[in-house]
Amino acid sequence: MENSVNTERHEYDVVVIGAGGAGLRAAIEARQQGKRTAIVCKSLFGKAHTVMAEGGAAAAMGNVNSNDNWMVHFRDTMRGGKFLNNWRMAELHAKEAPDRVWELEAWGALFDRTKDGKISQRNFGGHEYPRLAHVGDRTGLEMIRTLQQRVVALQQEDYETHGDYEAYIKVFAECTVTRLLKDGDRISGAFAYWRESGNFVLFDAPAVVLATGGIGKSYVVTSNSWEYTGDGHALALLAGANLINMEFIQFHPTGMVWPPSVRGILVTESVRGDGGVLRNSEGKRFMFDYIPDVFKDQYATTEEEGDRWYTDQANNRRPPELLPRDEVARAINAEVKAGRGSPQGGVFLDVSTRLPAEEIKKRLPSMHHQFKELADVDITAEPMQVGPTCHYIMGGVEVDADTGAASVPGLFAAGEVSGGMHGSNRLGGNSLSDLLVFGRRAGAGAAAYIDALEARPKVSSEMVADAREEALAPLGRHGENPYEVHHELQRTMNDLVGIIRKSEEITEALQVVEKIKERVQLVGAAGSRIYNPGWHLAIDLRNMVLVSECVARAALLREESRGGHTRDDFPGMNPVWRRKLLACSTEDGTTIKVQEKPQSSMRDDLITLFDRDELKKYLTDEEMAEFDGITK
Amino acid sequence: MTQTTPEAPVRRQRAQVKVRTLRTDRWWLVPLLTFLGLSSFLVYGVWAIIDNSFFVDPYVAPFASPCLVEAMCPDGARLFGWAPIGEWYTLSPGLLILGLPGGFRLTCYYYRKSYYRSFWLSPPACAVQEPHGKYTGERRFPLILQNIHRYFFYAAIVIGLVLAYDAVLALIHKPEGLGTWILVINAVLINAYTVSCHSCRHITAGRLNHFSRHPLRYRAWTFVSKLNAKHQQLAWVSMFSVMAADLYVRLVAKGIISFPYA
Amino acid sequence: MSYKAKFKVWRGEGGEGRLEDFTVEVNDGEVVLDIIHRLQATQAPDLAVRWNCKAGKCGSCSMEINGKPRLGCMTRMSTFEEDETITVTPMRTFPVIKDLVTDVSYNYQKAREIPSFTPPADVKPGEYRMQQVDVERSQEFRKCIECFMCNNVCHVIRDHEENKTNFSGPRFLMRIAELDMHPYDVADRQEAAQEQHGLGYCNITKCCTEVCPEHIKITDNALIPMKERVVDRKYDPLVWLGNKIFKRAK
Repeated sequence: MENSVNTERHEYDVVVIGAGGAGLRAAIEARQQGKRTAIVCKSLFGKAHTVMAEGGAAAAMGNVNSNDNWMVHFRDTMRGGKFLNNWRMAELHAKEAPDRVWELEAWGALFDRTKDGKISQRNFGGHEYPRLAHVGDRTGLEMIRTLQQRVVALQQEDYETHGDYEAYIKVFAECTVTRLLKDGDRISGAFAYWRESGNFVLFDAPAVVLATGGIGKSYVVTSNSWEYTGDGHALALLAGANLINMEFIQFHPTGMVWPPSVRGILVTESVRGDGGVLRNSEGKRFMFDYIPDVFKDQYATTEEEGDRWYTDQANNRRPPELLPRDEVARAINAEVKAGRGSPQGGVFLDVSTRLPAEEIKKRLPSMHHQFKELADVDITAEPMQVGPTCHYIMGGVEVDADTGAASVPGLFAAGEVSGGMHGSNRLGGNSLSDLLVFGRRAGAGAAAYIDALEARPKVSSEMVADAREEALAPLGRHGENPYEVHHELQRTMNDLVGIIRKSEEITEALQVVEKIKERVQLVGAAGSRIYNPGWHLAIDLRNMVLVSECVARAALLREESRGGHTRDDFPGMNPVWRRKLLACSTEDGTTIKVQEKPQSSMRDDLITLFDRDELKKYLTDEEMAEFDGITK
Repeated sequence: MTQTTPEAPVRRQRAQVKVRTLRTDRWWLVPLLTFLGLSSFLVYGVWAIIDNSFFVDPYVAPFASPCLVEAMCPDGARLFGWAPIGEWYTLSPGLLILGLPGGFRLTCYYYRKSYYRSFWLSPPACAVQEPHGKYTGERRFPLILQNIHRYFFYAAIVIGLVLAYDAVLALIHKPEGLGTWILVINAVLINAYTVSCHSCRHITAGRLNHFSRHPLRYRAWTFVSKLNAKHQQLAWVSMFSVMAADLYVRLVAKGIISFPYA
Repeated sequence: MSYKAKFKVWRGEGGEGRLEDFTVEVNDGEVVLDIIHRLQATQAPDLAVRWNCKAGKCGSCSMEINGKPRLGCMTRMSTFEEDETITVTPMRTFPVIKDLVTDVSYNYQKAREIPSFTPPADVKPGEYRMQQVDVERSQEFRKCIECFMCNNVCHVIRDHEENKTNFSGPRFLMRIAELDMHPYDVADRQEAAQEQHGLGYCNITKCCTEVCPEHIKITDNALIPMKERVVDRKYDPLVWLGNKIFKRAK
């Protein structure tokens, strides 16, 4: 059979798809539990999108302010997510993040230090205390490098004992998974191709951990790299899992808007944390006009108080530039729409008048570097122009909080590709710690699943043949240019299902997506199978279209505004909607079905961590009555 | 690929680009200037060894200091009046000591870069192919001797102090002399170059892993590190200053330069 | 503002190939990688280029532009004259897979040969106490984005393929320096740096430092200090004697 000619076959216990923070942490855990593990990633080892994370990893270690603890972190996370979070995930995350960060240090990470030699922690939007372990503004790079080096350390151990570096953990770099394989309802493996040669790879494995990150490449203006094509989301859907919260997409308020080639690239929130302020074309610090009622008590109302906060955080409220990301993004959007934007359609973010040049270079070295080299702008001398950019999707595979298991047996997910942890909006800094906490849990979950497995699921050759045919299809066709189809999808999502949404626009977007779906069936890729980017894009398009449809369908149904989902036609938050999750699934692999699922109530000891007055803003009367029952 | 290679029989070869470099800038200019600069220093050094007019009270030409030869060094040129080398030695006094500062510069991490590039063409400039078929680096004799750089550094410290002492003497005896100030400036530059040495940086605290336990050494290291960042500039400036100072003293000694404040 | 630029791009597979001519539109504020992408989208859909973040943070798009190793995403078109022909080739030191994509596995092999961070057995996670001044040197080296341009430009292997077995390149000698300077690392790395990783090949001609997109002072802060540490260990009789007489605290 032709299949066997150039399809490599590998047997593993666990296949981890994605080599970012979550993927590597999952692989490390699976290997530490004695499982043979493959890491499959689309880029080179160590290039994953995690390197882009700048601010830090949130963990309530209390090194800078000893009042901090997991309960405060838990509260901040729930508040940031507008109480839509999977509370169990938020709890585990807040409790375990410090251990995960400390563990990195034991693997060689070098965080910035406090005076007494502990890990330094910085302030960040939505966090009550300084909480982000960081290294300048390249924390993500430090994390990916540490995990990468930990994988290498494990390989060295294996070399010592087995004489083979790759005996227990092997990296398949520049290799793209196109299908998950199943035996009945269970996962039995994955099908992939080498980007380099175009040859196919079959993984025979009972457990797959998805750690593929997000979906940003469905949008034109995004901080995400080319890899973020929603692969894990789509693979899970096609394997029969549910995606939840897909309507919630975080638009980072400060992306670069100029020059066009770097449009969307992130300007870290630390710029604001370290004193940077937002101004409109009239020179006004407009954020003071956009403090929502729920946050009225926590944020400064005058510039003087806001400025005092940088030096005296105990006696002043923080400036509104540090509101959660969704609030700032909406405010910038509103200013630009009202005609008070900067020449290139953003607003001004100024740190040059706030800190001495030397201090800026010291605290924000990579930002200084980024603007200097990419935009020829000296941020110590002039303001930056910034605007919202598609940054992170809160939604993803519905998983069990403790094990990362999806509804499909053998399928696990961690990191951005999983849903629930961040509710409707993620706090800055919670992502890196999320990767570590749930990466480890998914790796452990997969190991435990395998231990309990009675028989190894089998790979069916028909499924392999189908996957192979599907992957090869674009090469044989003389169809439309995949780059054009991709661009139209990006424009559509950006314009019609972007930061502010309306019923009519989303409906229109769905019609366009429907047409694009047909066009994707016809795209053609010229050239051979060897490192052919046109072909790779043609394959990725399937995934982008699937997740885009999920986003649009869920966005159309949720008739309220909450976190990363803002409906112009339903501007307020509705407590009734807080109790509902929207779950996307597909049966035939092309049409998306969205169902409402009830959100489970918080455990008593967790809900009582909040003040009644605060809960009132989010919960229904019925839930408040229950709360009163508990506290009595 | 990275950890693993697909079993495809793709041939593993570098991209064939026939030319030595695709650089379009004037990459040859810097090695050429370096070659000329260093050559002029060598030529001057040879001449200075042969030339015996190295003293005119109170100036000692830097290339001949410390002057240690009984037969050749007048009293004023001797260091603390000391001349341990007896009458039997009649060659140039410079010959005895030039090996030390010479060796310091020869094994200096900066000079090594500059002559490997400009004399050896290994490589002539970044991303320009070198002309040699084989390369073994500083792993074997004779280049492994570069590792004794720190001993030349210790010697260079002594020489630097002698030059400073010479300058101070000149300052005492002829504070209004132009030669005095040339010697002073030269002594400052020579010492700055010496202290900015990579070996010095290593010795002050670079070898430690816990700066915080050695605050004084750490401060010294910070200072040396700042100078070290300018090691290249100091190497050139001090090289020209020592040539200029040496030549000046000799010209005065020969009477070629003679004005009241010379 | 836009103009037509002349490009020569190396195209080929497995070593064999040639420079192909293109005329392509360039707009304000673009970088070389944008132009390569425009070529992909409009003229050569199968033109292979490796890239990722497009913000100079991941180190994927290393290539040689007019003969100089550069990140495609960090090379602004405004640094060239409008009538200049821009030549883009893959990194020269590594085998080419296709067009601008090279096989950089040499680097991953070398990374694996360096023993990983080795803390003392009795320090538990959470108990690490390090002063900022003690971690700063290693932190500089950890800024490395692994673009491998330093290894690519280093003449030791660029011009002498046969040295690849015995020389790990600036990137990994710097990694050894990073670990050797780590306040908690207890492994002995100096002997191996010289004997197995070829520190002695380095003739400090500093091209690694010149091409580093992160502006890490590889030569001055990592390689030379490491050479000096090796001298302590192997070539300095005084230090050797001192260590015999007084037990040196690291």
